[in-house]
Amino acid sequence: MKLSLNFVKDYIDIDENINVHELAEAMTKAGNEYDSAEKLVNATKLVIGEIKECEMHPDSDHLHLCKVDIGSETLNIVCGAPNARKGIKVIVAQVGAELPGDFKIKSGMIRGKESNGMLCALYEIGIDKKFLSEADKNGIHELPADAPIGEDPIKYMKLDDSVVDFELTANRGDLLSILGMAYELGAIYDKKVKPVEISYKENGEEINKEFSIGIETENCKLFLAKKAKNVTIKESPDFIKNRLIASGIRPINNVVDISNYVMIELGQPLHFYDAENLGDKIVVRMAQEGEKLTTLDNIERTLTSEDIAITDGKKAIGLAGVMGGLDTEVEETTKNIVIEAAIFDSVKVRKTSNKILRSEASNRFEKGLDPARTYMAIDRACTLLEKYADAEIVTGVVKYDVTDNKEKVIEITYQEINDVLGTNISKEDIIDVFRKLDFKTEAKENSVIVTVPTRRIDISIRADLIEEVGRIYGVDNIQGKLPVVPMRMGHLDKTTRKIRAKMSNMGLSETLSYILINDKDVHKFTVDEFEEVKLLDPITEERNTLRYSIIPSLYKIYEYNRARENKDICLFEIGKGFWKRNGEYGENQKICVLMSGEYYTGIGHNKNVDFYDIKGVAEELLDYLGYENRYSFVMPKKMISEFHPGQVAEISVNNDIVGVVGRIHPSIEKESVYVMEINLDKLLEKRVGKMKFKEISKFPVVKKDIAVLVSKDMISKDVEALIKKKAGKLLVDIKVFDVYEGKNIDENMRSIAYSLTFGAQDRTLNDDEINSILDGIIKDLENKGIEIRK
Amino acid sequence: MKEQITKIKETSVEEIKKAEDLKTLNEIRVKYLGKKGELTAVLRGMGGLSPEERPIIGSLVNEVRDELEKIIQEKEEKFQVEELNKKLEAEKIDITLPSSKMKRGSLHPVNRIIEDIEDLFVSMGYDVVTGPELENDEYCFERLNLPKGHPARDMQDSFYITDEYLLRTQTSSVQARTMMANTEKTPIRIITTGKTYRREDDATHSHQFNQIEGLVIDKKERNVSLADLKGTLEVFVRKIIGANLDLRFRPSYFPFTEPSYEVDVTCFKCGGKGCNLCKQTGWIEVLGAGIVHPNVLKMNGYNPDEFGGFAFGTGIDRLAMFRYGITDMRYLYANDVRFLSQFDRKDEE
Repeated sequence: MKLSLNFVKDYIDIDENINVHELAEAMTKAGNEYDSAEKLVNATKLVIGEIKECEMHPDSDHLHLCKVDIGSETLNIVCGAPNARKGIKVIVAQVGAELPGDFKIKSGMIRGKESNGMLCALYEIGIDKKFLSEADKNGIHELPADAPIGEDPIKYMKLDDSVVDFELTANRGDLLSILGMAYELGAIYDKKVKPVEISYKENGEEINKEFSIGIETENCKLFLAKKAKNVTIKESPDFIKNRLIASGIRPINNVVDISNYVMIELGQPLHFYDAENLGDKIVVRMAQEGEKLTTLDNIERTLTSEDIAITDGKKAIGLAGVMGGLDTEVEETTKNIVIEAAIFDSVKVRKTSNKILRSEASNRFEKGLDPARTYMAIDRACTLLEKYADAEIVTGVVKYDVTDNKEKVIEITYQEINDVLGTNISKEDIIDVFRKLDFKTEAKENSVIVTVPTRRIDISIRADLIEEVGRIYGVDNIQGKLPVVPMRMGHLDKTTRKIRAKMSNMGLSETLSYILINDKDVHKFTVDEFEEVKLLDPITEERNTLRYSIIPSLYKIYEYNRARENKDICLFEIGKGFWKRNGEYGENQKICVLMSGEYYTGIGHNKNVDFYDIKGVAEELLDYLGYENRYSFVMPKKMISEFHPGQVAEISVNNDIVGVVGRIHPSIEKESVYVMEINLDKLLEKRVGKMKFKEISKFPVVKKDIAVLVSKDMISKDVEALIKKKAGKLLVDIKVFDVYEGKNIDENMRSIAYSLTFGAQDRTLNDDEINSILDGIIKDLENKGIEIRK
Repeated sequence: MKEQITKIKETSVEEIKKAEDLKTLNEIRVKYLGKKGELTAVLRGMGGLSPEERPIIGSLVNEVRDELEKIIQEKEEKFQVEELNKKLEAEKIDITLPSSKMKRGSLHPVNRIIEDIEDLFVSMGYDVVTGPELENDEYCFERLNLPKGHPARDMQDSFYITDEYLLRTQTSSVQARTMMANTEKTPIRIITTGKTYRREDDATHSHQFNQIEGLVIDKKERNVSLADLKGTLEVFVRKIIGANLDLRFRPSYFPFTEPSYEVDVTCFKCGGKGCNLCKQTGWIEVLGAGIVHPNVLKMNGYNPDEFGGFAFGTGIDRLAMFRYGITDMRYLYANDVRFLSQFDRKDEE
């Protein structure tokens, strides 16, 4: 809402010389934020002059050499405007003047001729071209013949106004009017608001005898119609035009301007119909599906049953609250008009205006209107039409009103106000706030009964009154403190935080990626069955679906970095994956790791990441979380096509698959890139006991080595399992310490060497005991066809 | 015999003096002091001496023996030190060459801020809770006093999955969930942090961003007021954003609080003098806050005549940008390793 200071001064006596920024800041503190606050015309050193002589420039086909009388002196000015001519009064920017856009006027030579100033068009002094007439768009502004030479043209044209552009909150529809703004400023500056001037004569027969309305939808709660006859269509007086321009509205003619002027002044949008083209009635109903209407902008619209239509009883002639129809538009030739002032359902208007056009009018309907203002607005329009368009107002009004136009009465205790605000404001000060707001009060011992004017549609409960007291009393005057509550330490599950610290300590960088990905990537890196979760209305198809796995996100990040020549990319992220199964949506927390390039560095130690490095990261994480000895890496039951078929494993904890680790398939990624993902929610469900001390054995352990020769099809885990099973409880630890394939070994075979540690809690083991276990193991392995290397 | 001993002493001392390595020294030790050594032979030859001479010669031999032992050992130690020094000299390395190590990891700046915020509020007795990101309309809007038809629920602003499900537009959904789960148990003191989503994407808005939300509910008699909210946010701003910053509470409007406030903080960039970041106002809008709306209490199982409290929320991404001087919001989500790896150390406490 653009507030013209000149306009609001009609209704409130604020300091003539008030600084516009100060006013904007005061409003901001009361909750009304502003975007800009500045003079309507931001130009200096302007003066009214008269062109005394005007010749063509000898070296140009469009420049004029003008001698301009500005009272104190006569200036030589070169001017390129086509309408520059002898005898007209003009706006002169003198040398030293500053025009909008940091434009400074200097004296100088233009094609060899001296020029000491500039003759100005209105757009050059800051009036947007969209507000200007054709003549003003194309040339310098011509002032009336009686304009006083030497005086300030801005004052003379009544453009000496300041404008604050407010960004209002959605609940303050009442401030979308000059009158509402006046009440707000009145509360802040403690000034009384002046009454709105309403006075016009009514003529002739009662309107109800010749005109009727029919309201056939509950989406119209109030509808008023009056008639004005014999209007004279002409240009509006300056003050109307200037105030509309200051409010951001283009002046058109006096009648159209009056409907806009009243909307800005009182907040109630009006619509004027050409009575001749309208007929003798208006019917408001929901539009029929597919019904056609050509709107003012000459576009044929197809309506739906969600749009409120204004009709002449047969066909649609307007879209309620949004735009009128072309057929009944007020034109230069219009004589008689029907004035509509109505209240339409805010949600319906918003939906329709979103489809068609969001306008000053629709914005006001959306925020809600005060029925009292609707009555006031139609009278105000009649007053102005009589005064500025020579209208004869027909007696009476056609009325439909099912609004509950009662003032709300709310009782609140002083105690409650102070409790909620945390203040100690006196009874008198509280009542004074309501007086400033122009709310009627009845003060009682412990409470006050407040009558809320209908214009404040945002106020309906006690909390709203508390807000008013806080606002006008000033939040700055409230001293901050901390709540007095029982002392305690808050609860925070630090698991993910500790996992993140662990992962970063293992050399991985944490990423933060978008959960929205392309639908074609959703089923990648997994064979889990689920329905993807797609957006109804994505911003871009590139991100139209919620991810299931984080791997596609991290792989995209890898590609992004590789495209920028970044190397040695080791990443992790903890985030959500989403799915739909059996009609239910679900999400859970996952951790994903991606590794590529060098992970260890140092002279002689440089080595590219391989499968065992990322497997190590997975094991470190699982061990850290307390799952030691409870997990294994197993071959996937179903092949996941995005992984290298020979370098992939599922991670099983307590015989339940919780994740996957492997190399990205070389046909997708030619470099060696490894990824790992664990479903954290599923993993952490598996209970881990408290960390507890285990007695250290006082007896020595014995180490023995065993090397086996196995077929490459055989996996180490199976050999280990055989050894463990035979060795029993006395085997404390088993480790692979060497793997060999190549020379001296059959090419289908591999040698694996294990180091076994034996020990007991209660005694030293003797050689015979250990040798017999060892013999048993060897025999067992040999029985399974495994060769023991001696 | 005495002469013989003196002679042995003289020659052996001379030999020891001349010895240049441990090996020669050892030979000398064997030659004189060994089982078959010259001095040992003297001792053995003492059988022929008279009982009076025996102790005299015996002690003389022992004396010489001890002396020889001593100087041999001294010389030995000298050689050992020299040898060790030689070895150490040979093992000298260039300590300026690069070390061997694992890559250094890093933590994302947004999550770093989240940790700081969580720690602060936990110390003030708040619980940290979480909620779903794929949220039901009921928790995201309905129970927060945003009935159907409310402009904030428009399709164009939210990522809907169905008419009923959407990606949460605000962490406030967790407010409703917490209240519903606690029904009239008080006090509630929670914060929640996490990802939120809105249907916009430009230079200053990411369709995915992070929020923190706080909620305090208590019995009316304990009186959690606007002043308490103010004090709480003063602590928050000064601990998390900057110790010297001022706050300005500006009345505003949110459907879930009444009264509602937007909270401005002294412009981080210009310190309040006015610059392009703060549009010359000296203030930056940082938080939204207010007293929990009676309808929200009612809809989530709390009688507004008996309970009251406050709520607040803010975007975390911008706090992270300010804290670390990050110049473009898009860095936060591009995950360029040249960006990520900068956040690899302990920050100033």
